[in-house]
Amino acid sequence: MDLQTFWFILIAVLFIGYFFLEGFDFGVGILMPFVSKDEVDRRVTINTIGPFWDANEVWLITAGGAMFAAFPHWYATLFSGFYLPLFLILLALIVRAVGFEFRSKMKERWWRLTADHFIFWGSVLPAFLWGVAFTNIVIGLPIGEDMNFTGTLPALLNPYALLGGLVSLVMFTLHGAIFLSLRTTDELKARVEKTAKLMWIPVGVILLTFALLGYRQTILFEEFGIIPGTLPMIAIVSFLAVIVFMNINRFGYAFAATGATIVFGSLVVFQGMFPLVMPSSLDPDFHLTIYNASSSDLTLTIMSVLAIIFVPIILAYQGWSYWVFRERVTRDAIPRS
Amino acid sequence: MEALELARWQFGITTVYHFIFVPLTLGLSVLVAILQTFYYRTGDIHYKMLTKYFGKLFVIIFTLGIVTGIVQEFQFGMNWSEYSRFVGDIFGIPLAIEALTAFFIESTFLGLWIFGWTRLPKAVHLACIWLVAIASNLSAVWILMANSWMQVPVGYELVGGRAELADFIAILLNERLLVQMPHTILGGFITGGMFVLGLSAWMIIRNQQAEIFLKSAKIALVFTAVASLLTATTGHDQAQETVKTQPMKMAAMEGLWETEQPAGFSLFAIINQQEGTSSREIRLPYMLSVLAHNNVTSEVRGMNDIQAEMEEIHGPGDYLPPVAIVYWSFRIMVGLGVLFIIVAFWGLWLWWKGKLQDHGLFLKTSIVMIFLTFLANTAGWMVAEMGRQPWVVYELLLTADGVSPSVFKNSIWITMIGFTFVYGVLAVAAFYLVWYFGKQGAHEEEEGVETNLHTY
Repeated sequence: MDLQTFWFILIAVLFIGYFFLEGFDFGVGILMPFVSKDEVDRRVTINTIGPFWDANEVWLITAGGAMFAAFPHWYATLFSGFYLPLFLILLALIVRAVGFEFRSKMKERWWRLTADHFIFWGSVLPAFLWGVAFTNIVIGLPIGEDMNFTGTLPALLNPYALLGGLVSLVMFTLHGAIFLSLRTTDELKARVEKTAKLMWIPVGVILLTFALLGYRQTILFEEFGIIPGTLPMIAIVSFLAVIVFMNINRFGYAFAATGATIVFGSLVVFQGMFPLVMPSSLDPDFHLTIYNASSSDLTLTIMSVLAIIFVPIILAYQGWSYWVFRERVTRDAIPRS
Repeated sequence: MEALELARWQFGITTVYHFIFVPLTLGLSVLVAILQTFYYRTGDIHYKMLTKYFGKLFVIIFTLGIVTGIVQEFQFGMNWSEYSRFVGDIFGIPLAIEALTAFFIESTFLGLWIFGWTRLPKAVHLACIWLVAIASNLSAVWILMANSWMQVPVGYELVGGRAELADFIAILLNERLLVQMPHTILGGFITGGMFVLGLSAWMIIRNQQAEIFLKSAKIALVFTAVASLLTATTGHDQAQETVKTQPMKMAAMEGLWETEQPAGFSLFAIINQQEGTSSREIRLPYMLSVLAHNNVTSEVRGMNDIQAEMEEIHGPGDYLPPVAIVYWSFRIMVGLGVLFIIVAFWGLWLWWKGKLQDHGLFLKTSIVMIFLTFLANTAGWMVAEMGRQPWVVYELLLTADGVSPSVFKNSIWITMIGFTFVYGVLAVAAFYLVWYFGKQGAHEEEEGVETNLHTY
């Protein structure tokens, strides 16, 4: 395996880790206004991801940094091309973080209501826009000879990409609902479990539509043929397993299953792209590939050594933090003010 | 305005705003860790109250540092795609390392610290805040490594119109990094120190838990006194290094048009960049030679000479930075730096005399210092970054050549207004919260009783 392939895999891992982890905390932010019947419930809901959301978001920062270092042209084309969508994602992440941190600082109703809007919209927008962005990458963008995006904003908002946004939005929401069922108790827990079960069929219909249209819409999946292959099969089976586990009341397994759906669904996308990182819809000669977009071998080698040392350490202490806060959040644990 | 100017304004606004919060968190994280260490070692409940009081303010400020930092991570690609392509091989490495070695530690262990008062053994909980403090400062090291390379590019070779990595060790040991990193971090320590000192002074003036806040005032005084002295000496190192590596920046900092030997340090001047003159100047003879080379006889080169030399190397063009801005930013930074040393040692002297808590003028001065530290940090950053212009990578890539060709004026207007508006609202909210919780004073604590299981 050459260095470029290794780094393509690593960046895929970072994005997939981000979707898995921030996926459920987006879902919690989206569900917060709907599953809570009062202020205490809202605080319980937010506190289920309290110690985690920030570290989950660092997966994105790291993916961005790694992309900059390993594939500067990918980083430059992607973020200048998706200029306004990325701006919206950044604004959303800003107000969301501030919503979490500042919400309980003041008692006034308007203050907390504003924070609730920050948290809700700050979760909806990125959950939707990441799907739009990745679908667009897969379909191919008008990338010119100089590697720069030559299209316009409306081109990014094509129907198939919007459907892709809907896919990530509803999938993260389901993932978040099941996460909530693991971190809450009593009535709130019963409500999120019911919500998750109700969501399963509509989410499945959206996923299926997206997958079937994918054969027609994208050049990248032609190689798959009629039989989709191993990775898509695992994604499909995982999604089917979600409802089975929920029905026998094993929400821990159901969470693993939504996680697997996200992981393997994303893997399909990255596998389909490889070795391209940004296909050009104008001319195959203008494709950005892992080779023409990459840094020098020296940079990739140094980065590889660092990644091999630090990624396991990070996984260890981040995992430990989940273990420290493994208890469910109860209504009694919420301060009265 | 054209897309280039707008992109520069946006970068300037978002970066200066980010740099309001970052230096404060560099110093404040360490001070909160020190306060908690005092609590851990002595068991004095007052230190626990102080830890929570300043810890709460730290988290408010840290949040804004984080969210504005996310924008920084992506806006190189958004607005400066050609820059990103040119430098990615080198500049991307410290950014990626920063995420791997600093951001993950900060975010994970801050979560553990905020929510872990009841869950973790005392020593482990203390270790969490130390890890946050160390990682915050470590992230400053990495980002300054990236910045130092823009100022003084080393360890690269130009391949196919891009700077490719040739020698990683050279970048790690970039001379600019070795002087700029301690200077910037120590400036952050002054900021954190003055913040703790000023808020403590405010509480003492209000006679609210004065006995408790006298303890934090004393810790902050020692911390600030040491940091302010070392900031001055490392600043001197950086000036000497700048003379060698970026003579144009140094000449602009001094408004020095013609080469002089020996050279005087300018105290005041009216700069006219069009005509290339500095008038109504007040100068201290020999002092610039001292600043630049540590002796009273050496030559310091002026802007006209350096401009001519750069034209010879890089072709015709205007290689002058905005001289008046650089000149005055430098004076504001140095003037305030001297003021911080005076205030810190004035406070130490009052403490020694046993009059610290009664000296109204000193206590009020300390409160004002909180605001002046931000001005000093911003001015210092302006010297470093405006003084680099018109280059984005010094003598390798012009700022004008780094901008994204695919991002148009209207888009940048939208994002600039959007960021500025949201940042403005957040600044008001954060200032209000710091004032509101600052005013409340420290919560009474009981040994062994933890109340805030969930803070959100």
